[in-house]
Amino acid sequence: MSDAATSRPDKSFDPKRRRALQDMAKGVAGAAACGVLLAGVAEQSKALPAVTLRPPGALPEPDFLSACVRCGLCVRDCPYKTLKLAEIGDGPAIGTPYFIARDIPCEMCDDIPCVKACPTGALAPTLTHIDKAKMGIASLVGRETCLNMLGLRCDVCYRVCPVIDKAITLERTHNTRTQRHAVFEPYVHSDACTGCGKCEKSCVLEVAAIKVLPPALATGEIGAHYRLGWEEKKKSGGKEAVPGLIDLPDRLPEAPKLDVPQLPDGARLPELPK
Amino acid sequence: MSAKRNPGHEAWRQHGFAVAHRWLIARRAAQAGFFLLFATGPWLGVWITKGTLASSLTLGVLPLTDPLILLQSLVARHPLGTTALIGGAIVLVSYLLLGGRLYCSWVCPINPVTDLAAWTRRKLGIETDWKVKPETRLWLLVAVIAASAASGTIAFELVNPITTLHRGLLFGVSWGLVTVLAIFLVDVFVARHGWCGHLCPVGAFYGLLNHGAMVRVSARGRVRCDDCMDCYAVCPEMHVISPALKGERSGAGPVILAADCTACGRCIDVCPERVFRFAHRFDTRLDPPSTTTTARPASMTAATAAE
Repeated sequence: MSDAATSRPDKSFDPKRRRALQDMAKGVAGAAACGVLLAGVAEQSKALPAVTLRPPGALPEPDFLSACVRCGLCVRDCPYKTLKLAEIGDGPAIGTPYFIARDIPCEMCDDIPCVKACPTGALAPTLTHIDKAKMGIASLVGRETCLNMLGLRCDVCYRVCPVIDKAITLERTHNTRTQRHAVFEPYVHSDACTGCGKCEKSCVLEVAAIKVLPPALATGEIGAHYRLGWEEKKKSGGKEAVPGLIDLPDRLPEAPKLDVPQLPDGARLPELPK
Repeated sequence: MSAKRNPGHEAWRQHGFAVAHRWLIARRAAQAGFFLLFATGPWLGVWITKGTLASSLTLGVLPLTDPLILLQSLVARHPLGTTALIGGAIVLVSYLLLGGRLYCSWVCPINPVTDLAAWTRRKLGIETDWKVKPETRLWLLVAVIAASAASGTIAFELVNPITTLHRGLLFGVSWGLVTVLAIFLVDVFVARHGWCGHLCPVGAFYGLLNHGAMVRVSARGRVRCDDCMDCYAVCPEMHVISPALKGERSGAGPVILAADCTACGRCIDVCPERVFRFAHRFDTRLDPPSTTTTARPASMTAATAAE
């Protein structure tokens, strides 16, 4: 017993080994702390401000950050100096390309040089037709300030749109203020809008009434289980989506009962003099 | 201590400035040259290499991509683009053959910063040294890969001071450059060769590509070594020297085979005895001891004559 106790330190305690283990623990712990911090910064970098738009063909934001190596080749090949590389404070992850529509919008080059320049596929090479780009979707967020909505004929956003009459149309409605004119509402069709930002750039207001937003912000989404009866009917060639529906009687609001004195039976009001 | 503060002084006195700085000058020229390939485009409109060190296209045909960034992209689960893969393979194979850490001393834009920090440290005689194990950078490399995998992003590029500096010079100065200043201050005041020698995960990665490096430094004239310690004083990875320089006793060859050696050639410059020279890794030639008897008195008389 005593023999084991005295010999134990010699056998199991090796100062060199302990020292090596401590050094290794120091290195691992320090590096792990740095790694956790870095992963935190990386998570934070996924928050892309709504005003900063990615170049055409950019993968969805989380995928984009796994693909973009921040080489700036897209920026170099952009003929209109639309694209910039983000710096600290710009919003997007540092070094990644973006543009702000109100500063310089995308001119929608036919040959899409930025996508061609991308070596990694962060700007998807599958985008071969610029009209199919989805950099964002224009939205008339300033409905109360838009000159057209006020009943004037500005129409600038409509006229500069590279996909005119498809991405933006002017929808005519009644001008309730004047009671005799029309309002020409700039109406954005999300399926045709590429998010180039020319409308936002050219909006004549101090602060643009029409803004390009990331697609997810600019559109709603119907629940996957929803079925629009009229669409289903069209698809099935006139058949009801749910056959044998009982058509319940329409309930109209009841007429208000007025407390008016009634004439007795058979009585008649006297004739008014002519 | 004066030798430590002024390594290379003796070589300069004996062989002249040009000889005592020839590889340093060559290296600065290479660093400037590699940078100018990128910079003539944005600065002068003459496009040679477009992009940054992360990924580039030279003369419209040669794609090059940093393999460490590609590795992070891969663990972040992005199916890599063809051009990037080709560019990454070219860089990977080139550095595997020539030596990965050639990147550190001949290409990396941070190297002049940390060299300046080391020089400042020597001139100010700063002795404080935060003991960080050189292996720390390997753990940091693992941490960087793990952070990329966990976050699904190319994580290190959010903070990488190398690409931040390079990008900043080419695309406009950024606040990210404070990391470069931080590295300088750490290297001067906190730890000797703190960044390049202990912390940089990029250097750790390129160190992994350095195990079969063809471009090596050989202590071919080690018989002439008079233990002035100048090479140790300038070497950014001083532990690599001894096995080759003092290898006579252990029977080791004269070539510095340690993977940490960046082949910067500063030891060649500062050695008054001309012990070192560039060689390939299989070049085991040694200067015969007979040259010692002629060379050593010559240098000693030169030294005494100067004194």
